[in-house]
This record gives sequence, structure tokens and C-alpha cells, in this order.
Amino acid sequence: MKTKIFKPEKRAVLLQGDQAVVEGALAAGVEFFAGYPITPASEIAEGFARELPKIGGKFLQMEDEIAGMAAVVGASLAGKKSITATSGPGFALKQENLGFATMVEAPLVVVNVQRVGPSTGLPTSPSQGDLMQTRWGRNGDQEIIALAPASVAESYELTIKAVNLSEKFRQPVVLLLDEVIGHLREKIYLNDSEEIEIINRKRPTADQDPKSYLPYQQTDDLIPPMADYGSGFKYHTSGLFHDQSGFPDGKKETAKLMQDRLHNKLHNNLEQIIFYQKDIRNDDRVAVLSYGSTARTAISAVNTGRKDNLKAGWFKLQTVWPFAEREVAKLAAQVETIIVPELNQGQLIREVERAVAGQARVLGINSYAGELIKPEAIRDLMEEVL
Amino acid sequence: METEKYLRMDKLPHIWCPGCGHGTILNSFIRAFSESDLDQDKTVVISGIGCSGRATGYLNFDTLHTTHGRAIAFATGVKMANPNLNVIVMTGDGDGTAIGGNHLIHAARRNIDLTVILFNNQIYGMTGGQFSPMTPPSDMATTAPYGNIDQNFDLAQLVEGAGGTFIARGATFDPRQLKRLYLAALKHKGFSFVESFSQCPVSYGRQNGSGDAVEMLKSQKKNTVDFKKWQQLSTEKKQLLYPLGILKEVDSPESEYTVRYKKIIAKANQEGAL
Repeated sequence: MKTKIFKPEKRAVLLQGDQAVVEGALAAGVEFFAGYPITPASEIAEGFARELPKIGGKFLQMEDEIAGMAAVVGASLAGKKSITATSGPGFALKQENLGFATMVEAPLVVVNVQRVGPSTGLPTSPSQGDLMQTRWGRNGDQEIIALAPASVAESYELTIKAVNLSEKFRQPVVLLLDEVIGHLREKIYLNDSEEIEIINRKRPTADQDPKSYLPYQQTDDLIPPMADYGSGFKYHTSGLFHDQSGFPDGKKETAKLMQDRLHNKLHNNLEQIIFYQKDIRNDDRVAVLSYGSTARTAISAVNTGRKDNLKAGWFKLQTVWPFAEREVAKLAAQVETIIVPELNQGQLIREVERAVAGQARVLGINSYAGELIKPEAIRDLMEEVL
Repeated sequence: METEKYLRMDKLPHIWCPGCGHGTILNSFIRAFSESDLDQDKTVVISGIGCSGRATGYLNFDTLHTTHGRAIAFATGVKMANPNLNVIVMTGDGDGTAIGGNHLIHAARRNIDLTVILFNNQIYGMTGGQFSPMTPPSDMATTAPYGNIDQNFDLAQLVEGAGGTFIARGATFDPRQLKRLYLAALKHKGFSFVESFSQCPVSYGRQNGSGDAVEMLKSQKKNTVDFKKWQQLSTEKKQLLYPLGILKEVDSPESEYTVRYKKIIAKANQEGAL
């Protein structure tokens, strides 16, 4: 794996979250997009259609969502950093090939700008209804990494992180926006940090003999070096459980070994994957735990509440999957109550309750028909429990 | 020809049933490839799910065994990401015309430089003999126990209508012709499609009283005719026989998709572009 650090020019821009995803992806080295138009994610496709040819990259508008997902897996195997973007209904169609990408360990990013479901739902209204679809939408047990930005600036930063994580762990990564974050316009600084870390996948070394190359080698770090198609290795890639050589052998032990490796390559490295921000003071008795656009509401409610001396703090997940189980358990030991506002009927709260395991009271605030949660609703509940 | 060079000998014997025609297609393909000037190391062979899907496991190239019906969509991504690669798709009649039918017509429409070999045995073999969009009307299938009422595609016409620039049809009773067709398809710059009739004595033949593999090959021969002879037949007779050979060939490398995209890259980099 190669890590490149570059120091790009800092510039101020007014962007939508969807456009910031495009900028972030380009900064991270993405050279390939394939997808299908869908509200509220179409601006991402439009951005790549305009920008990718300028760097010799490729933009493909495919015949359907499924083909868009398939094409990015193909492009990833051919050696390019690849991305696709969609919304809930399209995300449902992409699931089978997303599972395939997990199975063949193709690094890529899938952006889901969430809208209200089920089905066609409310195409232009925000939702966090795909949280569990992201985690469990495919057949079989499998891990996924999912990041959820809460601002335009974070859409840029977390897209870079999503591409980096996918390359580092040979793992598809989902970027969960929602309609509000996707369409929100904010002034942000591109390349705000001194330097941006860019991670490129680990490839076989120059002295690697193609005959002894194992595309799914059980390496110490559990992440096998990945050869680009066309680089002389002539290896096999299959959605069947395969041994280290990439060929299916049908043995239960082989399937078990691979299942465990796919799980452990992430779970042995959670500290590199789980990102969050928090502001919890020692004497805070309530914490509002959220992600995406609801985090903006939560932080606003906490900040105004503190002016009236409410003992409240906030905890914002940037990585929603794998779930920050240990961190939330620690939070539960610090406060009496955890409030979980969500734009769905209660999805994250199940994970929170599991991690909290009775150490603190967990209360949800839910809006699932296209309305954002108002800061007052969180404020009222904070006052009620304090 | 050194067969070993193009086959993964340690993966043989193959899983196909005794009498299956798919091995003949594979044989004809590697003979064609060996006669082409294509670089084996720069060639990716991509398949979907079903009996045809297993072909990639035996071929010594970069090989990608994808999900059901999606081989062409994966192949489109591989080809666009690296247009220097030769990209070949092996699909079946269920994989390529039912669940994957949309990708087939759209790849033909784009005229992207893929070589698609469609193994047509007129049945879903691996799942046990259900009818496919290529099963003729009135035939028996495990999901058509009273006879099939679906009309089958004329694939050559379908791909032609969609814009394919190389369309051919061959059959396993004549492997030498199949080889010639594959070689021409490999050389073609643009979307090339070779429908390849294959016999399935187990899942199709047994239900339809077609006899053994030899009988089925004889039927293939009886039901087909060389394209040049077919053109001279009456309209009535044309409908009874499938023409074999190169059915359409348009030489226009400039209209190939990755070539056209290169022009987009040039346009986007012109001064004053978006």
C-alpha cells in the first residue's frame, strides 16, 4: 500500500453536499464513475460527467442502477479508483453487486443520498431510512463500512476518507448523505488541512512471480495485495467462496476461513475506521447521539440548552458502520440519558440500546415523513429528563 | 497449438454434463484466440451465472465470474477503465437474454469493443431445465410442463436492431466455423456478438425427446443453413432455417465507444471548456 501526501492549494467555494462529494472523490484520486440518474443524487453524476474527462477519467451513464454498480466493480478490478452514486430505490437495486464487491474485495465507494422510503416515497425529502439497508441489505452475513457527513465540508472530507478506507481495506465503502446534506449549499474550504493523505491499494511487488501470486492470500494484515487486470497475473475472480488462489473449492472450511478474514480485516482495525466527534462535559447528564443532518439539529439544541445551563452534550457519529459500540458503551457510563434523534422510525437506536446494555436510559425522537427534527423537540426532551 | 497455454489444466475436468456442447465452444474459442494476435496477458474473460458462467474458470486469462446476467455490465466497466484490454464476455441464453437482456442491447447500442460469445442451449441447464427466452414455443421445460407459450427471440435481429456492428451465428456441429467466427469477432473493433448454438442433451434434450448429443448435433445441422444460401431462399423457407455465418459486419472503428470517449476527453481539455 502506498500513501501519498499532497499539499493542494486551499480555495474557498460555495458548494452543495453532492458537489462536495465530487470534489472529495477527485482529490482522493477517483478516476471512474458509473451510475444512473436519481433524485436527490443526480448532481453527483452531473459533476463527474463534467470533471472526469478533464483528468482523463471516465464517466459512464449506464442503462440501470445494477449496471452502474457492476461497471464500478469492473473498473476497480481494472485498477481504477471507482465510485457510484444513488438514492434509496437505486441502492436497493445495487445491493447484489455490492455484495459481490465485498466478496471479491473490490475497493470502491457507493454514495447513497437518502430520501424518504419505502419505494418511490418522497424523492425530494430527507431521510435516514437506509441505515439498516446499508448494514443488512445484501444476502448473507457481511461487513460494510459506512460514513455519514453532517455538512458540506464533511461531505468533502469523508468522501476522501471513504476512498482511502476502501483502498486500504480492499472493501466497498458506503457514503450516506441525505437529501438535506446533498442539496445544502455552504461555503467550504477545499484542501483546508495542511495536507491530504491519499491511500492507494496494496499491489503485488515488482518481483512477484505471477505463477505463485495468490489474489486472496491469508496475509498477516488479512488484506491481500491486489493485481490490476492486464498486469500479467491471469487470476480468477468469483462471487463463489474461493480459496487463496481465487478459485472456488466448495469446502466448508474454505468458506469459514474467508468469512472470518473478511470480518477480521475490519474488526482488527476499528480504530482506523471509526470516526466520531463529541462534546461531553464531565457533569453532563444527557447526551444527544446522532449522525448526518440530525447531528446539526442535535448540536444546535445542545448549544442553546447550555446557555440555559442544561447539563447536556452531543456525540456525532461520522462512521455509522461498523457501529461505534465501545465508544457508545463508554458514553453510557458517563451520562444518565442518551437521546437518539433520527429521520426514521428508529434504526440506530437499536444499536445504541445494544451497546448501552441498560447502563443508561435511551430515548428516541423520530421523524419519518420528510420533516427535519426541530431543535425545540430535542430541547423539550432534554428538559424533561434533566 | 499449445492448448495448455490457454487452459488452466489443473481445473479440468470441467463440470459440464456428458454430451454438452459448451466444451466445443471453449475449444473453438481457444483455437481462435491462438490464431489472433491478441496478448493473452492483456485479455480479460468475463462470465455470468449458469453453465456458461463456468467457462471462465478453465481459461488462463484474467477471468471474472460475476453475478447472474451482469457480465456485460462488468465488462463495460473493465473496458472503459482500461481500453487497452481485450474484453471477452461468455454468457448463456438465460444469463444473456433474460436477466441480462438489458445490458446486451445497451452494450450493442454503445458499440463498445466487447466480444460477446453467447452459449445458446435454449434452456436453463444448471437449475434443471426451465425455459429461457430462447426456448422455442411448444417445447417442454420443467416450468412449462404443458408446453412453452413464450415466443423466443431472434437474437441476431435483436442485436442488429440495438446497433451491434458485428453479428454472427455458429453451431457446435461445425466447430471449425465457430473458430472462424470467433476469430473474426475478436478482430472486430466495436461490439461483436456470436450466438453459438450448443446442445444440452440432459436438461433440454431429455424433456423434448431430442435424443443423445449426436442426434442433437444432426438436428442443428438440419435446422441451419449457410447465410449466403439462406439469403437466396424464399421468405417461407427463410423462417424455417437459421442462417449461420457472419450476418452483419460494419467496419467503423471511429464509432467505437472508447474511441468516441477519447474525443470527449480532448474536448473537455480544450481551452474554454466547461
